Amino acid sequence: MSTQILMPALSPTMEEGKLAKWLVKEGDAVKSGDILAEIETDKATMEFEAVDEGRIGKILVAEGTEGVKVNSPIAVLVGDGEDAGAAAAPKAAPAAAPAAAKAVEAPAAPVTSIKLEDPSLPEGTEFVTMTVREALRDAMAEEMRRDETVFLMGEEVAQYQGAYKVSQGLLEEFGDKRVIDTPITEQGFAGLGVGAAFNGLKPIVEFMTWNFAMQAIDQIINSAAKTRYMSGGQMHSPIVFRGPNGAAARVGAQHSQDYSAWYASVPGLKVIAPYFAADAKALLKAAIRDPNPVVFLENEIVYGRSFPVPKIDDYVLPIGKARVVKPGKDATLVAYSICVGMILEAAEVLAKEGIDVELIDLRSLRPLDTDTVIESVKKTNRIVTVEQGWPICSIGSEIASQVIEKAFDWLDAPPTKVTGKDVPMPYAANLEKLALPTVEDVVAAVKAVCYRA
Amino acid sequence: MSEAQKAVVTGVSSAVATPNSVSLKTFYSDMLLIRRFEERAGQLYGMGLIGGFCHLYIGQEAVVVGMQANVGPNDQVITAYRDHGHMLACGMDPKGVMAELTGRSTGYSKGKGGSMHMFSSEKHFFGGHGIVGAQIPLGTGLAFADKYRGTGGVTLTYLGDGAANQGQVYESFNMAQLWKLPVVYIIENNQYAMGTSVNRSSAQPQFYKRGASFNIPGEEVDGMDVEAVHAAGRKAIEWCRSGNGPMILEMKTYRYRGHSMSDPAKYRTREEVQTMREKRDPIEHLGQKLVSRGIATEDELKAIDKDIRLVVNTAAEFAIESPEPDLAELFTDVIA
Repeated sequence: MSTQILMPALSPTMEEGKLAKWLVKEGDAVKSGDILAEIETDKATMEFEAVDEGRIGKILVAEGTEGVKVNSPIAVLVGDGEDAGAAAAPKAAPAAAPAAAKAVEAPAAPVTSIKLEDPSLPEGTEFVTMTVREALRDAMAEEMRRDETVFLMGEEVAQYQGAYKVSQGLLEEFGDKRVIDTPITEQGFAGLGVGAAFNGLKPIVEFMTWNFAMQAIDQIINSAAKTRYMSGGQMHSPIVFRGPNGAAARVGAQHSQDYSAWYASVPGLKVIAPYFAADAKALLKAAIRDPNPVVFLENEIVYGRSFPVPKIDDYVLPIGKARVVKPGKDATLVAYSICVGMILEAAEVLAKEGIDVELIDLRSLRPLDTDTVIESVKKTNRIVTVEQGWPICSIGSEIASQVIEKAFDWLDAPPTKVTGKDVPMPYAANLEKLALPTVEDVVAAVKAVCYRA
Repeated sequence: MSEAQKAVVTGVSSAVATPNSVSLKTFYSDMLLIRRFEERAGQLYGMGLIGGFCHLYIGQEAVVVGMQANVGPNDQVITAYRDHGHMLACGMDPKGVMAELTGRSTGYSKGKGGSMHMFSSEKHFFGGHGIVGAQIPLGTGLAFADKYRGTGGVTLTYLGDGAANQGQVYESFNMAQLWKLPVVYIIENNQYAMGTSVNRSSAQPQFYKRGASFNIPGEEVDGMDVEAVHAAGRKAIEWCRSGNGPMILEMKTYRYRGHSMSDPAKYRTREEVQTMREKRDPIEHLGQKLVSRGIATEDELKAIDKDIRLVVNTAAEFAIESPEPDLAELFTDVIA
């Protein structure tokens, strides 16, 4: 009896990967534990082991094929005595054939025709497409080339090339003096980074995820954020704390929290949560140069999404400016980080129903560009905020409060929040889906503020 | 086995370096300045001129004076909240320190930091930190930066016996030894973490051994004897400056006053405090030595005291008369 060998999911967020190399060939006998192939995910190259015994009847996906979907058949395993040649390729196989490799769109990246305008760019600026992950890496590399005092430290940032591959290649270029693997001691290395910043360096401290930074939050707030004030302006810490924030996929309550509202409430910090690759790059560069401690909130799922980035030397944007991603007249939709992708999708759905929304990507959460939001509300008279974080004391709560204070007379509907549910993140796939905001939730909220059922 | 590593095993060090008579007199006046300054701060607290928490250093003066006498122009200093003595020993102006205690615009932090949060970039004093244990990773980071920049600087990171049980201390020890950072951890064991005695809080009360798991050498020092502190400090700083990594010094010391001004100190007997004051006082002890060795006369010591009282009075007057910060200062220095 033949068995299909399927493309494995090798990380919580993996939807497809590259079949980098076959380590067996057709006709080879394999037993459980034998390494069959090397598979490249968006994070790492991993070995894939056999589970069952048998012989490789047929290889369905050639090595070097990119964009192989998880769970698609990649080979057929046959039992003893069976004719390898007789193993019929299953119908589904062509879907994973090399021809399909072009479909390397980042997982779930919404298709939109939005053009990222930046008035500061010279006319005719060329754009290159790159992932957010690459944009972040390039930002760090450029700043490290520019300034000897910039260094990167964190768990697995050097030899492992980054737990999420964000620091890929940096060790090779800058050496172990400036790209430093730390022990798994967040409070210790965050504090060490702040001390180094007091004493003339510009550290980039990577947290493997912001969930782990809770162990270090005292150093971020009490030591980094407050020292300029407590010292009457004498001492400061030009440091960037960065890493993925919010929910990944199926990693449960302790690995899925959005800390945006927490850090955005702290005077003395700047907080950035970009979505597009261009913003990720330009704002990380700005963060590294900033004389204040900066909390830079990334998103694991967004790392693999590709966007155009202006092909110019030294692209830096000011911190604290929202981006009007798309103008519109019927309602204002505000989001940051991964939820910007969601409002882009919602805008397309709503457009089909004749609702023209204005989309705002906050980009920075502290300072929060309320002027841009208020200006938009004065035009559309309706606002919906979208975030993955919890509803109580959320970024949306703050925006609603400011809109009510500053644009009350312009409002035609109550400001509305779409947020994660008020529960720790569940593990079960159906519950997790229910706990997070969806495009449908956003569409429904916009319709509600437009009084369209 | 190196000298410093031997010290882990042998415990109390013998004073190897004998400071000359001039520096002994300086030690005396430096310690007395801290004593008189703190007495005055306690008085101003009682008068309501100093608010909040105020942790006095009285009794522990030999530790910081002996250590700081060893530092060079590229070295860094950081401590926790019992920090007035450290600032004076770093050469910070008593007027600016006292004015910060009274929350005035002329204070080191323009009145916005207070007793526990004071800094001086000029004197390489990096605070003044109010969270027990937080200064230890910070001090380790100061040393990291000096090593990275190749300045040759050494960081003196002070902590108490209470902080010595914090997890982040061991995270710091690990990284400091792993990366051979030039940092001396000075554990000022005054025997009480607020009201909890060392024996009630610490499974291993010999703090100089706390680096053993990381192969960090440690030494126990009589923190009531400024000469012993000075000698041990010199050795430790040399050890760090030579690229050997960190070192731990445990200073056996004692604070005469409560944990803070609002501490009734019911956890120890009056006799215990009195015995320490009478038999172990670092200033009395050095004064007697100066006289018996013929380095100073009783009259000279009295004259030193008189001069210091004048300095402290001037600081107190300055701190009382200086204006409070301008109301506009509320919103400055939050962010650059």
